[in-house]
Amino acid sequence: MSRSCAAPRPRLVLRYEDVRYEEGSMRTRIAYIASNTFREAVRDRVLYNLIAFALLLSGAAILVGQISIEIEKLVVINLGLTAVSLFGIVIAIFIGIGLVSKEIEKRTLYTVLSRPVRRWEFIVGKFFGLAGTLIVNTFFMAIGVFGALFYVSHKFVRADALIFVALYFIVLEFVIICSLTLLFSSFSSPLLSAVFAFSLFVIGSFAEDLRNFAGMAHGFSRWLATGAAYLVPNFSAFNVITSIAHEQPVAGQLILQNTLYALFYATMALSGAVLIFERRDLK
Amino acid sequence: MPAIEILGLEKTYSIGFWRKRPKCALRPLHLTVEDGEIFGFLGPNGAGKTTTLKLLMGLVFPSAGSARILGRDWTDPQVKAQIGFLPEQSYFYDYLTAHELLEYYGQLSGVPAKQRKHRVGQVLDQVGLRDVQGVQLRKFSKGMLQRVGIGQAILHNPKLVFFDEPMSGLDPMGRREVRDLMSQLKREGTTVFFSTHILSDAETLCDRVAVIHKGELRGVGAVEELTSSVQGKVEVIWHATQVPASIKALSVECHVTGDRVRAIIDENQQDAIIDALRRERLRLIAITPVRTSLEAYFVEKLRRAETTAGSAL
Repeated sequence: MSRSCAAPRPRLVLRYEDVRYEEGSMRTRIAYIASNTFREAVRDRVLYNLIAFALLLSGAAILVGQISIEIEKLVVINLGLTAVSLFGIVIAIFIGIGLVSKEIEKRTLYTVLSRPVRRWEFIVGKFFGLAGTLIVNTFFMAIGVFGALFYVSHKFVRADALIFVALYFIVLEFVIICSLTLLFSSFSSPLLSAVFAFSLFVIGSFAEDLRNFAGMAHGFSRWLATGAAYLVPNFSAFNVITSIAHEQPVAGQLILQNTLYALFYATMALSGAVLIFERRDLK
Repeated sequence: MPAIEILGLEKTYSIGFWRKRPKCALRPLHLTVEDGEIFGFLGPNGAGKTTTLKLLMGLVFPSAGSARILGRDWTDPQVKAQIGFLPEQSYFYDYLTAHELLEYYGQLSGVPAKQRKHRVGQVLDQVGLRDVQGVQLRKFSKGMLQRVGIGQAILHNPKLVFFDEPMSGLDPMGRREVRDLMSQLKREGTTVFFSTHILSDAETLCDRVAVIHKGELRGVGAVEELTSSVQGKVEVIWHATQVPASIKALSVECHVTGDRVRAIIDENQQDAIIDALRRERLRLIAITPVRTSLEAYFVEKLRRAETTAGSAL
């Protein structure tokens, strides 16, 4: 299609000795899809707005800390980590809801799935891409939090290392949210996916209360509440921000428990997304 | 070995939100495309062309039937490494540059890194986008996007390419270039299966065509076979500035253009007009059988289908 008519055309088809196709491994394809998802997120201006907003909030913690006599550090840690968590969740939902549905709507998926890419590889690649984006964001936002903390207390103490545990739990929350947004995105519109994912996040944040309510209820409502309490992700178990701000240590058992729970929940949600997507007609 | 064997592929969608009702998009389709040919899949909008292509690409699942592509079951992942696909009105990741997009598709297709770099450059040259390879696709025109689409379809050296309305969005120059590109692919041994509703493109390019209407195959064959019969007329052209009386006497309608006269006559008048030209000492330029155009064949098939449907009601 070159405009220069006189120039000889390069050959379109290479001889088989010219090109030897490698049977691309499943892991390689997933890595390529994940890397492209990461690139898409990184080039999205909205992402930078949200990160800037989160960093601003961490900065604002310094101001609030200065008017909170004696408890500056507590306020900075509380506000800073809450900003990291909340903005991360918003970013996860905002980007995650369109990961599959937008690809179908814009038909970009057609040229991907017409290649030797299996549908489940696409879903898993998208998941890792989004999770990777959020981990990188968390890293930069965490730098903001530590910067604010250093500004307030002029030094780091050993107890500040506990912030890493809180950040790890926040990342685990992101992993769950990523898998859930992908699950919703595999069968519904971006708007509905956002509503579902955000509702689950809010309900999940009160999962302990829901479980307590289930313990007090009777009959059918007890069964219903218990079922709902165990079905929604238990985000309240991941929230250790306040106790860490008070320099209370986190039990190793909780770290292990939360890790296994997040992995199990994300695997289940991703499996659901794959099961739905494997059967879906891309009209 | 045929490049494509479609064995009764059929697709019925369920439409409606509460009360689902079936809508047949494709009735059982049996079709064979031979290796190395350019095959045109013709039909008006909504005929089932895109549904057929989506079925073959595994984007939608058939209600019944199966297919074989390049001798393998069409669901075999290895098949996909050997085919290229350009969807209709395709959009691509607009945050990527043309180079990045082709690189990405090369990665997914399993083209080794060393060859990928060379191949991406070669394809960018081929589709005339080398100068804008670093520009994000969101700044591309529709025609340029179509070129990118064609590039990604041929990037991994497929043995078989599927183009869904490849001329869509292209200017006349671009359309000609795509036609040339398809011819070149054929010369290099690639099978080309393309859907279109632009009949002149199909007539120029295709070895064989199939006509589909309302999800049903209406006819299939070589373009020459489909267009050679019916008329029984010949076109005669000779040098002259006016029509002699002896030819007028044959009751032939003639058109004089400059120093040439053109007449369409029945085959059985052919000898009489040649004799008359000899007697008048006029120089004969050409005698050509008049063929039905593909368009006439196409319209006839659709009209017949409408009539059959009408009488069935």
